[in-house]
Amino acid sequence: MTDDRELVAMRGITKAFPGVVALEDITFSLRKGEIHALMGENGAGKSTLIKVLTGVEHPDRGTIALEGKQVQVRSPQQSQALGISTVYQEVNLCTNLSVAENIMLGREPRRLGSIHWKKLNALAEQALGRLGIDLDVTQPLENYSVAIQQMVAIARALAILAVRVLILDEPTSSLDMQETARLFDVMRKLKGEGIGIIFITHFLDQVYQVADRITVLRNGKYIGTYDTASLSRVELVATMLGRNLSDLHAVAQAKVEIAPKAAHACVAEAKGLGLKGSLAAIDLSLNAGEVVGVAGLLGSGRTELARLIFGVDAPDSGSLSIDGQKVERFSPHESLKRGIALCPEDRKAEGIVGELSIRENIILALQARYGWFKVLNTQKQYEIAAQYIKLLGIRTPSPDQLVKNLSGGNQQKVILARWIVTQPHVLILDEPTRGIDVGAKVEIQKLVLDLVKEGMAIIFISSELEEVLRISQRILVMRDRKKVAEYAGDVNDQTIMHTMAGDL
Amino acid sequence: MAQRTKLFLLHHGPLLTTMAIFFLAYFIGGRLYPAMQKPQAFFNLFINNGPLLILGIGMTFVILTGGIDLSVGGVLALTTAASAALLQLGASPALVIPLMLVMGTALGCTLGCIIHFFKVQPFIVTLMGLFFARGMAYIISLTSLSINDPFYKQLALTQIPIPFVPKAYLYIPSLVGPILLLVAVYLAFFTRFGRTVYAIGNNEQSARLMGLPVGRTRILVYSLSGFCSALAGIVFSISLLAGYGQFASGIELDAIASVVMGGTLLTGGVGNVIGTLFGVLIEGTIISILQYNGTLSSWWTRIGVGVLTLIFIGIQSLFYVRRKHS
Repeated sequence: MTDDRELVAMRGITKAFPGVVALEDITFSLRKGEIHALMGENGAGKSTLIKVLTGVEHPDRGTIALEGKQVQVRSPQQSQALGISTVYQEVNLCTNLSVAENIMLGREPRRLGSIHWKKLNALAEQALGRLGIDLDVTQPLENYSVAIQQMVAIARALAILAVRVLILDEPTSSLDMQETARLFDVMRKLKGEGIGIIFITHFLDQVYQVADRITVLRNGKYIGTYDTASLSRVELVATMLGRNLSDLHAVAQAKVEIAPKAAHACVAEAKGLGLKGSLAAIDLSLNAGEVVGVAGLLGSGRTELARLIFGVDAPDSGSLSIDGQKVERFSPHESLKRGIALCPEDRKAEGIVGELSIRENIILALQARYGWFKVLNTQKQYEIAAQYIKLLGIRTPSPDQLVKNLSGGNQQKVILARWIVTQPHVLILDEPTRGIDVGAKVEIQKLVLDLVKEGMAIIFISSELEEVLRISQRILVMRDRKKVAEYAGDVNDQTIMHTMAGDL
Repeated sequence: MAQRTKLFLLHHGPLLTTMAIFFLAYFIGGRLYPAMQKPQAFFNLFINNGPLLILGIGMTFVILTGGIDLSVGGVLALTTAASAALLQLGASPALVIPLMLVMGTALGCTLGCIIHFFKVQPFIVTLMGLFFARGMAYIISLTSLSINDPFYKQLALTQIPIPFVPKAYLYIPSLVGPILLLVAVYLAFFTRFGRTVYAIGNNEQSARLMGLPVGRTRILVYSLSGFCSALAGIVFSISLLAGYGQFASGIELDAIASVVMGGTLLTGGVGNVIGTLFGVLIEGTIISILQYNGTLSSWWTRIGVGVLTLIFIGIQSLFYVRRKHS
């Protein structure tokens, strides 16, 4: 099925930024009608390689050939002209403009110099139709969901005349399962039309669902290109990490160690807790020394549950008791005092303060708990920071490093440290491993289990079923802003998936 | 359908509010001062506020990209002074007018280039533009220069009767604003340039990644504003038949206020020139009411505009929040 003629051939690509070599002698080839996954941990050089191909960055050395012809890609415009189109991780469209404009902007059909709106809208509908989507293209893009916006971005990418190469940079990170499936249908269809697709993702499952070949980068170096069929998952992970998988086994081992222990005292109990328009009444009990996993699709009410328990939103029905005491006033500040901590989903917007150092970020919550007038002395702060940097394995030259300079996984660890340092009884983790690489994921999972062993109760929310299953003693399944089931930790993933999908 | 109506209202709420406030203000003025009920009182708004409307149109494009242009008043004053000086030297209006327009455009283009290529804040670059242009106007003359050119005089004094409205008229220069407005609507909604302006204002990074000519568009927007400033200067010098560095001091702030009152977001990407027209008309109406009253200090205009602008900003964020939640 795959045409063996090379569509894109990148050879010897090297790119250095001040102080760091981002890409070193990278080889990459893409065939016609193939889906080629580009894999690697954060900082492996995937994004930089894509930027080189799309003309955003210029390589120091190396050549790019398109269908055998050498090309110089100097700008995004030029790469589009060559038939290379990109859909970025964050939807890069203009939400104030109509759907049709977002698809056609820069290539508007014109009549006597002025934009031919009727034709423009028709062309946009046609472009969406190719993806099997039908919607009112005259509405502003902001009226639609992120998933639709993503599809619009793809429609835009394809509306370029004679697109030959389509780059999808983490297109599924904000999509739910159904939407992802739909995207994959579209990808397969385009592949059938002979388009070469470069697919970047953190989800291993998805790679095995759609990719024909896999290229792995690590620390800016080319590791290899493999046929998906001939590379097992474990091998892939090992290749990406460049180390063996004893860590993964350690996680499984740690869970086994906890499992036999009898249930500890109940630390939090919700009875009929709910908020109109946000979450239907929910019962939940949480014991010390236990991880309760929350599985559910995007928008199933997972985050809403976390916000209610932490007191960001006040419930309008039911009750919540912490350590046997009924909660009367709901506010994050009260929750902190009671020993509840929430590590929010969107770490960039709600979690880290990028302009502050690691030390300052770690101290923030502790300081809030002490009150702003009891200042922790600097030496004490450094001690705490050093202790947690070591404990969590945060990779940094110094505790004074600004958090924005850390990789995603290390940023996540800093946020975790911030909450752990307050020694909460109940820790709510909302998507703690989202967008971080496999190695860091495993480290965070291990850390969660260590905390539980010390008697903490943890609510672990994640879109990755595998991860929830790996570390949870009990699993709540949410659907349509309701709790639909509760399972023991040894349930299989098929059962959960069917429950999430609502056909059980 | 109800959903569509709701979305329509949410999207056009600020503009509709501006229009409603204008009609309300004008109605109140008419009840208080019957002279304002005459058709000519309405057309006087265009005669008196022609330069402001022209500046406001250029400013709208600048603000739509998320920028600001403080140089417009300076360029206006420089244009009046320079054209008066040239006309006194005997230069032909056929030379002076195009020359002034080229000068304004070139100044705007220069500011745009500095903003784009050196990545300097538009606020500070155009503030320097304001100082430079007003300074140059005083270099040309420290006193007011009168214009005696017959062509200018003829333009200033020729009344154009309004069809179907008896005893109502406009002057030729006061037609410039409305005509420019039509051109601006066309530019904004029917050209790639206009749509790119909106795209940049919403998200510059996105616009760049979409392969749109961000730099060129931004420079063009400041050039357009410079062109409008010179045009406003020509209209100004015709109606006063004079040129002076002190003319229209602080008008850049009035222009910004009109744009904001017209529903254009200072952060860019949202708004349009029709709103700006109504912003200018509201400002004109307040001035008219104060003039008809005759006893109030003219500074009440500024206070009125200030309060209204604040209210508009409040209304805008209300609509914006509602939109985000819908």
